[in-house]
Formats: sequence, C-alpha cells, structure tokens
Amino acid sequence: MPTTQPLNEAGQVAEQFNDIDQQVQSNLFGMWLFLSTELLLFGGVFAGFIVFRVIHGEAFAAAAGHLDLMLGSLNTALLLTSGLTMALAEQLVNNTRRRATLVMLLATIALGAIFIGIKGYEWYHEYEHHLMPVLGLPFEYPGEHPQQAELFFNFYFTLTGLHGFHMLVGLGLLSVIAILTWRWRDPPRIARQVQISGLYWAFVDVLWIVVFSLLYLLRS
Amino acid sequence: MTDYRLYLLTWLALLALLACAVAATHWLAGWLAWTTVALCALAMASLVIILFMGLRHANALLRVFGVGGVLWLGFLVVLTLADYLTR
Repeated sequence: MPTTQPLNEAGQVAEQFNDIDQQVQSNLFGMWLFLSTELLLFGGVFAGFIVFRVIHGEAFAAAAGHLDLMLGSLNTALLLTSGLTMALAEQLVNNTRRRATLVMLLATIALGAIFIGIKGYEWYHEYEHHLMPVLGLPFEYPGEHPQQAELFFNFYFTLTGLHGFHMLVGLGLLSVIAILTWRWRDPPRIARQVQISGLYWAFVDVLWIVVFSLLYLLRS
Repeated sequence: MTDYRLYLLTWLALLALLACAVAATHWLAGWLAWTTVALCALAMASLVIILFMGLRHANALLRVFGVGGVLWLGFLVVLTLADYLTR
C-alpha cells in the first residue's frame, strides 16, 4: 500500500539543514525549548500559590467560592474544544486540505476569542464586587480573613492575566497563520507553521487546566 | 484508528474528566476532593501533551523535554512544600 508524504515533510530544505527530517525536528525542538522557559515562568507562580493554599487553607477555599465555577468550567470546555480544532487543523494541513484547515483555524480563533470575552466578563464582575486588588482599586471582601483573601485574588489576577496575555499572543499568531493558509503560497512551509503554532496553543490549554484546577476547583 | 477519530475520542475524554473534576468539587470534601481534582487535572494535561502536542510520535529528545518539564515542576512544588511543612 503506497504511503503519502505529509505536507510538512515536503518542500525545499533550508540551507542550514542536511535534510527535511532534521529541519522538522529542529523546528519542534526549538518550540519545546521555548515552552520549557514558559513553564519556568508559570511554575514559580504555581508553586507559590500551592504553598499559600496549604498555609491559608480555610481562607483560600472561601475566597475560591467567590469565583464563578460555571463560567470557569464553560471556558475550560471551550479551550479544550479549541485544542481539538487546532489538532484537526494540523492533520488536515498535512493532508493538503486547505479549505478545511482554514475552517479549523478560524474555529480555533473564534473559540479563543469567546474564552477571552468570558474571562473579561468575569473580571468585570469581580471589579463590580470590589474583588480586584490591583492598581490601587478598593478591595472589600465580604467574608472572614480579608488579608488572605486579597492574597488569593492577587494570585487569581496574576495567573489569569498571564494566561490571558498568552491567549492574545496565540490568537495573533493563529490569525497570521490563517491569512497565510488562505493565500496558500508555500504549502509545506505553512504546514510546518501550523504544527509549531499548534504546539503553542496546546501548551496554553495545559496551563489553563492547571490554573482552573488550582483557582476554581479547590473549594474545601 | 484514524487520527481524526482518535482526536475526537480524546476530546470526549477531556470533557468527561472536566465534568468529573467539577462534580468532585460539588459532592466531595477534604482530601478526597483534592485528590480527585488533582488526578483529573493530571489526566487532562497528559492527554493534551501526549495527543494534541504529538508527544506520542515525537523522538526521544522531545520526550525527555516533555517528561522533564513536568518532573522538574513536580520537584519545585514538592521541595518548596517540604520546606514550609516541616518548619
């Protein structure tokens, strides 16, 4: 049975590489290396949060109860779905299916944009209830242990803000890739770009799974 | 199994794990809730890394990076906690 070559392993080899396999592996390795540095950035905040979550268990559990679990869960489902559409885009582009790839990329962008919209709504809701201890805004916590709750919300805005920034970068990246896919000028190169962007997008998914579990789900 | 079908099944598994974690938050308490949430999060992250990030087809070097990242994050959290909890 004949096997067809994936599109990302076709095309001209850049002059610094011996063959296309070395080029593809170098691309992937470079992205994984970059993602490792991202893990260092988030890992420190995760570790800090876990330490304070253990030390101030009761106060952090009560503060987590002020977050909207339904919207957080909906956002997680949206992001997991965008992970699926991005993975499908990678498969489709390798099978040289331009139109279907474009549809999946646009679906990923749309799901990511809805995620950001819902997150913005949540932030506005917390701003209205004076639960946003940033930029000198008043913090009026209705429960016990307001100082520890303020610490919780500091972590909340740092983690969701940092994650939201990465989402915006991802959305910008995917928009450029969608335009390149629409033009379809160098398909093998586009296939490699979709693969690399897919790695970044899936990593942002993984970060959200941890952020959501730490902030929203530990309520007892 | 085609990759398309595998990805769809992975997505369904991810949504099921999410539902399981949210249900644990509602109906369980204490260490049981924590353990369920942690296991669901670990399973979800592993599925995304192995399938959506293509680690199952990756060469040995990339697998070392993938596993190493999670392992060192684990060291960071466990050793930091060990310090605070034994003071």
